[in-house]
Amino acid sequence: MTAPLLEVRHLRVEFPTRRGTLLALDDISFDIAPGEVLGVVGESGAGKSLTGAAIIGLLEPPGRIAGGEILLEGQRIDNLPYEQMRAIRGRKIGAIFQDPLTSLNPLYTIGRQLTETILTHLPVSAEEARLRAVRLLQDTGIPAAEQRIDQYPHQFSGGMRQRVVIALALAAQPKLIVADEPTTALDVSIQAQIIALLKRLCKEQGAAVMLVTHDMGVIAETCDRVAVMYAGRIAEIGPVHYVIHAPAHPYTAGLMGSIPAMDGDRERLLQIDGAMPRLTAIPRGCAFNPRCPKATDRCRQERPELQAAGATRAACWWPADAPVAAASAMAAGASA
Amino acid sequence: MSTLVQVHDLAKTFDVSAPWLNRVVERKPRQFVHAVDGVSFSIERGRTLALVGESGCGKSTVARLLVGLYGPTRGRVEFDGQDTATLGDGAALRAVRRRMQMIFQDPYASLNPRWKVLDIVAEPLREHGLVAGEEAQRARVAELLQSVGLAAADVEKFPHQFSGGQRQRISIARALATQPEFLVCDEPTSALDVSVQAQVLNIMKGLQRQRGLTYLFISHNLAVVRHVSDEVGVMYLGRLVELAPKAELFAQPRHPYTRMLLDAIPDIHMTGRSRTPVQGEVPNPLNPPAGCAFHPRCPHANARCSAERPVLQTIGGIRIACHAVEEGRI
Repeated sequence: MTAPLLEVRHLRVEFPTRRGTLLALDDISFDIAPGEVLGVVGESGAGKSLTGAAIIGLLEPPGRIAGGEILLEGQRIDNLPYEQMRAIRGRKIGAIFQDPLTSLNPLYTIGRQLTETILTHLPVSAEEARLRAVRLLQDTGIPAAEQRIDQYPHQFSGGMRQRVVIALALAAQPKLIVADEPTTALDVSIQAQIIALLKRLCKEQGAAVMLVTHDMGVIAETCDRVAVMYAGRIAEIGPVHYVIHAPAHPYTAGLMGSIPAMDGDRERLLQIDGAMPRLTAIPRGCAFNPRCPKATDRCRQERPELQAAGATRAACWWPADAPVAAASAMAAGASA
Repeated sequence: MSTLVQVHDLAKTFDVSAPWLNRVVERKPRQFVHAVDGVSFSIERGRTLALVGESGCGKSTVARLLVGLYGPTRGRVEFDGQDTATLGDGAALRAVRRRMQMIFQDPYASLNPRWKVLDIVAEPLREHGLVAGEEAQRARVAELLQSVGLAAADVEKFPHQFSGGQRQRISIARALATQPEFLVCDEPTSALDVSVQAQVLNIMKGLQRQRGLTYLFISHNLAVVRHVSDEVGVMYLGRLVELAPKAELFAQPRHPYTRMLLDAIPDIHMTGRSRTPVQGEVPNPLNPPAGCAFHPRCPHANARCSAERPVLQTIGGIRIACHAVEEGRI
């Protein structure tokens, strides 16, 4: 195993408010190896986008990193001054956001935005930058790139805009791409194209990807490993195949069971009753305990740490030995 | 089993022309979008028809035409054998409206934030004069809330005190208030997280079983459609391209567009397997291609496809609009 590209150690992110401090990310630790695709899943408010924002140094104030550290190639990047972080962003870490329209400047042509990024980060001439920009657009599958480079974002469709955003993120050949819900705003037929494109380009460039999404299908198809987040914590992390087919954490098991499947018919979907707690009212002990069919007194008092459970690592006092047992326990909990 | 809803050659055209002055000064022509262009289907009592398609294919417009939020440009909607256009706007129309209700996509926008849940759910009762008296109304609302898994005490709360999934249940309770037979659900779960989506879908299926409801279910999520529907209609640029029983459509999709859609969904059980992404994008609805609207993206298209528009016809037990299937080329 090579040294990790990105290391996140005990990361805590807080939002000070008038009514006390909200702990939005609580003790998050994970690694990404060079060239690896790590998926981050969870429901809205679980903190997955916030993790991405913390890594690229774009936390919205008043949010702040209150503890832990983030290391890129062995160097801390969470405490860098703004200007130094700016040099890393784009050069070493590229970002792709959900809405391609808001991540492009509507007043500049696509070409100007691309060449600006290339010139900022790479020592090349203006002509060379333009040539690279055209090549990037061709690589992302934009037809007639030489003509389209001088067009404005509004002249592109949603799928085409997301291709431009991917080209922009890859412009300075970064080592890591943080992709936050890159396909959520797109139609299904376009989603498949964009995911395939992202996968191919990152492989060609050897870039690692942190893919934040709520779509388990996208995760299953794209990632090497996946982290499941719940209420600002990592509930389970491991190789994608095991997390999906043999989850150790009851929350992961419930999440998988609640997805309508394309094969096999079920009259009822598994359901996890209740909803994720608000940040103001995260329960003591395991954050999932009020919704968990297997919760005991220990779960209500003591918080579990991530520990090896089968092929994955799960933050649970009672990780499933066999996935079948967890699924039937969930079903019993749902029908009770 | 009898037919509850029947739709014949339904069409809706929107005028999207530039303002008069621009048309005169800049010599721009009038422009129309054919949002729905000749759609026909029927729904049996107690069954669920799902309409799927990508954004801009006209599925939500069909939903709105059915409940009368839009008037059709052409064609007609028959509800329980009555043509809804001939009912006028008096008591007869109100009687039909009571029997069909709608659930909207966004549970944040479809509930009035300044009304209590009691008033939101009781509004249809008051509007149609179904339950007289404050106490009786309150009791009925409590009963409705309980049927969707909320507490009777929730009547005094405001929408902001609920999560997205709970709000969608309030929408369902409101839709059920008039004891309708037919519910039009326009993307009822697409704003919700998967675990909450599962709760709402389970409630909807449970209610259908208990009350014999008929659903028109609009969604872009084929996995959800597969879970809830009996029949599936696939729409592309305002037209139905395939209409088939669920099992057949998913096991053996015939239309190239349906195949493409099914191929495009990432499935959690496909770990590691790659799929062929589809080429191209949905054309601009202002200027749809001639002939079959799908022909520029279709791998089986020939000269006939780009010239002649295929009609929906019964081939091999399903309804399909495709020259290639008709000629036996695929």
